Order: sequence, then structure tokens, then C-alpha cells
Amino acid sequence: CADCSRGGKRNREEADKYSVLLPTYNERENLPLIVWLLVKYFGESGYNYEIIVIDDGSPDGTLQIAEQLQKIYGDDKIVLRPRAKKLGLGTAYIHGIKHATGNFIIIMDADLSHHPKFIPEFIKKQKEGGYDLVSGTRYRGDGGVYGWDLRRKLISRGANFVTQVLLRPGASDLTGSFRLYKKDVLERLVERCVSKGYVFQMEMIVRARQLGYTIGEVPISFVDRVYGESKLGGNEIVSFLKGLLTLFATT
Amino acid sequence: MTKLLEWLLGVSLVGVAWGLVTFDLLDLQLPAAYKEVAWPMPVYLLVVFGCYSLATIGYRVATFNDCEEAAKELQAQIQEAKDDLKKKGLKM
Repeated sequence: CADCSRGGKRNREEADKYSVLLPTYNERENLPLIVWLLVKYFGESGYNYEIIVIDDGSPDGTLQIAEQLQKIYGDDKIVLRPRAKKLGLGTAYIHGIKHATGNFIIIMDADLSHHPKFIPEFIKKQKEGGYDLVSGTRYRGDGGVYGWDLRRKLISRGANFVTQVLLRPGASDLTGSFRLYKKDVLERLVERCVSKGYVFQMEMIVRARQLGYTIGEVPISFVDRVYGESKLGGNEIVSFLKGLLTLFATT
Repeated sequence: MTKLLEWLLGVSLVGVAWGLVTFDLLDLQLPAAYKEVAWPMPVYLLVVFGCYSLATIGYRVATFNDCEEAAKELQAQIQEAKDDLKKKGLKM
């Protein structure tokens, strides 16, 4: 039959489902926008997907906005799995994975610094190399940032350089949090990781290498917060260095 | 082996090699030239590494891509999204 072989390939592709985990805290303004963009790019790509919103009891009404989005796009596409209070990123991932029906998980920030247009590229890269995880990088190819002053760029590149020298991790952007994982890979990694914040994302990559997982990279653009503020102060730098030295001594 | 242990091992090996040559610990009767070159090597290598680090970081900061287009595109899409969502009944 004329359609059989095409149908077979489409069925294999349709067997892949991508669960996007969106941990949110006070993202009432950004959530509808990021969901709209996700729906747009996934819709255009034809891949099967769901968006899992993990709201940590936001006082600004993020959950209510999420419920409206659910009515608009359907509760098979917008899945709500809220939590009572702010409990941290690692546990948000664990919580999200438990409810994910996809075989791939995409983690990203909900504040529009990560653009869903890169997701089809992540998927393509993953299929090309059969990678266990694909990481978005701001430091290679035409990856980059917008809205960073010289100080921020200097700290970022300096910290990355020290990390590369000490850990030799085999990935160019370790603190990035825009990534695609095979579901079972993410599960295994989150189980083993103990750090918080930036260092948590770094630890994921380091442990992935330890366990022999393959890592692909896709250049991404990181547009700094459209709404709200983001600061990189002395405290964050100190805790980053502490975390880096811990990884250095224990992995 | 942890990265820390790898480093300690590497530094120890280099340190032993340096000590052997500089202080002629194995009594190999090496020519004086070897000792003269080996003696300042640790400091020299640190300085070279320091310069390499500064140059690399400086280069990477200077060539850090500024995604002007991405920011403009995002702003336009935000407007598009708001309009579309309003049509679909979202109350923001």
C-alpha cells in the first residue's frame, strides 16, 4: 500500500512523547506566554507533547492562570501538578517525572529566558546521535545571551573556565537548565544529585558522564528576564564556588 | 578516582620529576643545563597558565554573542501571544 511505509515511520515518531516540566513560582505574567510559544512550536513540529506545570503555591495566582490555559488548550496538553509551597528544583523534577507520560523530558525556565523554538532542534539532535541528554549551550556556536552587562559576562565566562579546568566535564555549558533528557536517564540522575541551584545542574552533567551517558549540545540564545529582576551577587558566587569544590572533591 | 585525586596524583608526579632533576636526587649526574631549566619550571608554568587563563576568558567575554535578534523576536512574539490568548478568552 502506498501509505504503509510512511505510516510506519510516523507511528515510530508518534511513539515518542515529550513532557515539558515547568516549575513555576510567581510566573503569572510569563506562564501564558511560555505555554503559547510551546504550543506554537510543538504544533508546527508535529511531535506529541504535554506541558506539566508544577506550581509551588505561588501567591500571585499563577495556578489560576494555569487553569485557564488548561481550559483553552485541553487537560491532556496542560497538566497541573501543583505543590503546597516552595520546595526546590530537584524535588520539582521528581514530582514532574512521576506524572509525565512522555518518554522524553524537557526541562526549562518558565520566565522566557529559554525559547521553545529550540526544542525541535533539541529533538533533532537527540534523534541524530541517540543521545541520552541534549544540553542547550550559551557558549558555543551561535549560542549567546541578551541583556547581560560586562560584569555578568565576565563572571559567567570566568566561572565556566574554572569549572572546565577542574571538572573537565565534556560539555560547554554546565549551569544551563534548558535540556532534553530521556525519562529514565533523568530519573536516575535526579536520584543521585545532592546539590542545589546552579550546582545542581552542574552535578547532573557530571554524574551523567560518570554513568556513561552521551551528551549532545545545541546552541541556544538566553534572553535575560523580560519581567522581573535577576541578580548575580557575592552570595551566589560563594555558594557556586563551594558547590564546585565539593563536586571537584567528590566526583 | 575523583578529580581532586587525579590532580593530586598529577601534581605529585610532576613534583617528583621536578625534584629528581633539580636536586639530582637519583645522583644521575645530569648536565647543569637541565637543572637550570628545571628549577624555575613550576613558577614558569604557573605564570604561563595564568596568562593563558586571562587570555582565554578575555577572548570568550569579547566574543560572547549578544542575541539582539532573539530579544526583538521575543518581544514581537509576546505581543502576538497576548493578542491571541485574549481572543481565546484568557483573562490576564
